Amino acid sequence: MVMTGHVLLANASLLDPATSREGPGHVLVRDGRIADIAWGASPAAPEGAEIVDCGGHVLSPGLMDLRAFVGEPGAEHRETLASASAAAAAGGVTTLVCMPDTNPVIDGPAIVDFVLRRARDTACVTVLPAAAITKGLAGQEMTEFGLLQEAGAVAFTDGLKAVRNAQVMRRALTYARDFGALLMQHVEEPDLVGEGVMNEGEMASRLGLVGIPREAETVMLERDIRLVRLTGGRYHAAMISCADSVEIVRRAKHDGLPVTCGASVNNLVLNEGDIGHYRTFCRLSPPLRHETDRLALVEALNEGVIDVIVSDHNPQDVETKRLPFAEAADGALGIETLLGAALRLVHTGDVALPRLLEALTVTPAAILRREAGRLAVGAPADLVLIDPDLPYVLDKRRLKSRSKNSPFDEARLQGAAILTLVGGRIVFRAAQDAEAAA
Amino acid sequence: MTVAPASFPHRHLLGIEGLSRPDIEALLDRAEDAVALSRQVEKKRTTLRGRTQINLFFEPSTRTQSSFELAGKRLGADVMNMSVASSSVKKGETLIDTAATLNAMRPDIIVVRHHAAGAVHLLARKVDCSVVNAGDGAHEHPTQALLDALTIRRNKGRIEGLKVAICGDVLHSRVARSNIILLQALGARVRVIGPSTLLPTGIERFGVEVFTDMRKGLEGCDIVMMLRLQRERMNGSFVPSVKEYFRYFGLDAEKLALAGPDALVMHPGPMNRGVEISSEIADGAQSLIREQVEMGVAVRMAVLEALATHLPNA
Repeated sequence: MVMTGHVLLANASLLDPATSREGPGHVLVRDGRIADIAWGASPAAPEGAEIVDCGGHVLSPGLMDLRAFVGEPGAEHRETLASASAAAAAGGVTTLVCMPDTNPVIDGPAIVDFVLRRARDTACVTVLPAAAITKGLAGQEMTEFGLLQEAGAVAFTDGLKAVRNAQVMRRALTYARDFGALLMQHVEEPDLVGEGVMNEGEMASRLGLVGIPREAETVMLERDIRLVRLTGGRYHAAMISCADSVEIVRRAKHDGLPVTCGASVNNLVLNEGDIGHYRTFCRLSPPLRHETDRLALVEALNEGVIDVIVSDHNPQDVETKRLPFAEAADGALGIETLLGAALRLVHTGDVALPRLLEALTVTPAAILRREAGRLAVGAPADLVLIDPDLPYVLDKRRLKSRSKNSPFDEARLQGAAILTLVGGRIVFRAAQDAEAAA
Repeated sequence: MTVAPASFPHRHLLGIEGLSRPDIEALLDRAEDAVALSRQVEKKRTTLRGRTQINLFFEPSTRTQSSFELAGKRLGADVMNMSVASSSVKKGETLIDTAATLNAMRPDIIVVRHHAAGAVHLLARKVDCSVVNAGDGAHEHPTQALLDALTIRRNKGRIEGLKVAICGDVLHSRVARSNIILLQALGARVRVIGPSTLLPTGIERFGVEVFTDMRKGLEGCDIVMMLRLQRERMNGSFVPSVKEYFRYFGLDAEKLALAGPDALVMHPGPMNRGVEISSEIADGAQSLIREQVEMGVAVRMAVLEALATHLPNA
């Protein structure tokens, strides 16, 4: 960790999602942590402090994204830890959890160690590796949860794949409980997905595409929750996409089970109609669903049934995306547009800003039992300054990712990160970024 | 030391379950005699002279089978070993048919090991002689529990009030089940320690304390009893790897220190060194593992003798 001097973030509109406290104020950062918070009146800047005028914009804890695919190691042509972290910083994301779907798979302590070292040397945001639940993501044999956690794995997931074998899932949940480990499941029953490529329904039928029924998700989710009830293991449904899933998670939480869930920002702001005429950048897993599902997800976000919003950042290159829809790969970029896209929910009046940021900061941190995500003295100075009203048209050429498969290309967005700090260090400044691009 | 053998009120020894505390103590007392006998130059008695003992092993075993064989021979019985490799079971004969066939040969005692829980009970119902369970599936292994108790009693002077930790693959272990019942019957406080994937459902209802953190579980224990982890369970099905298992559930000097300097270490064998126990501990000063083998012969002699009191014309 680079020790930095003092930075005074002055004239901000502070927002602490953990407490929903909002108001004008100033934040003093020292040695990578929040040294002081002055709500209201401006404090005297300590001698030698760099003063950043926040211009009345919203200063929030940095975002934490629980689901980002990075191509390193193994697919550096799509994304590296450096490029993913640059994209994250530009999007106000100060911590990203990278998925184990790499080559080699993150399924042993040595690979966790490799990723952490590479991140330390090349990434400008905090990178936390999620390790595989099963060796080689093959769905058969458990990985070393204990040793992997000691090495620095923050959670376990088979990434793009669900653990299909119920016995394997049962044992993994059982074993995970002993180590306090969190299993994050991609809730899709592969047999029900079959050859499906988009939401099952009228739209798929009109487009002549094979649909993925909502039951692909609900069957797996119901099964898993029964296994959680049996084992007591901590479980996080990585992304739910439909109204029925909301009901399942709501019931599990009501019963006091150790269950949390996320939703992709894509499923919260887009629907199957955005596929239009076969836009492969909208080919996603889980698929974009019907507008009624989207509305149910938004409601569930407000209610707290959905705990976190993730980017599901999944860089794909031209070879895997410039193909007929049914032959293209799943996945879209997302980490850099996470905030801008999610702010649509605020601008439409569907979700209040503090609630939105709660699902992007303190709640994901709490799920990983980390101290980030709070605007509090002593907390890590992972911060983002947000101009929630800034209007722009997204230009994919400006994105920092190595890939360009954004479903929001040319979309009108409103609101963006204008300054990002990780551990007290400024890792992104919109003004400089614009100059560099000009 | 000669104790007048109390009468043993059972025709078979199928498990520890069903034995009373006096039954168990009488067997242990009788075994003390057998220890003394086995340490003499002249190791033979005539209690079973003229009797036929068949050791019927459907599962491979070196230690238990040879222990029963020696025990029978020291008591003067004619001992025949039948192992599955050479038996007609391989040719498709059912357990019941095998039992009937053997029964027709008029043995006096059959010692049986079988991979299926309950198989020994089934066989016992079909034969006229006494049956000793030498291990049935994950159910019971009564002579192992008896020999463990004898070993503990001789080293600690008592069993009542001792804290005993049974560690590892409890789920698949008949040794653990027999020991839990026996040690509790004699007043010990039993803990089981292992990853949840290797603990049977409802184990807390056995009256034991359950720990999934070995360090916590070992604190203050007088006896640390390790269980064998089968090779096929090490690679991801029940536990992820040998390395991880040894790190969290293998007995090494550091973990044993948590139990204290007077704690004694046991293992029913055969050991996987570096999996559930380090060599340093297995061969160390706190280990009773070799003594357990000696007590095995003595306990089996005691059991055979006790059952012999029920044989016709005894």
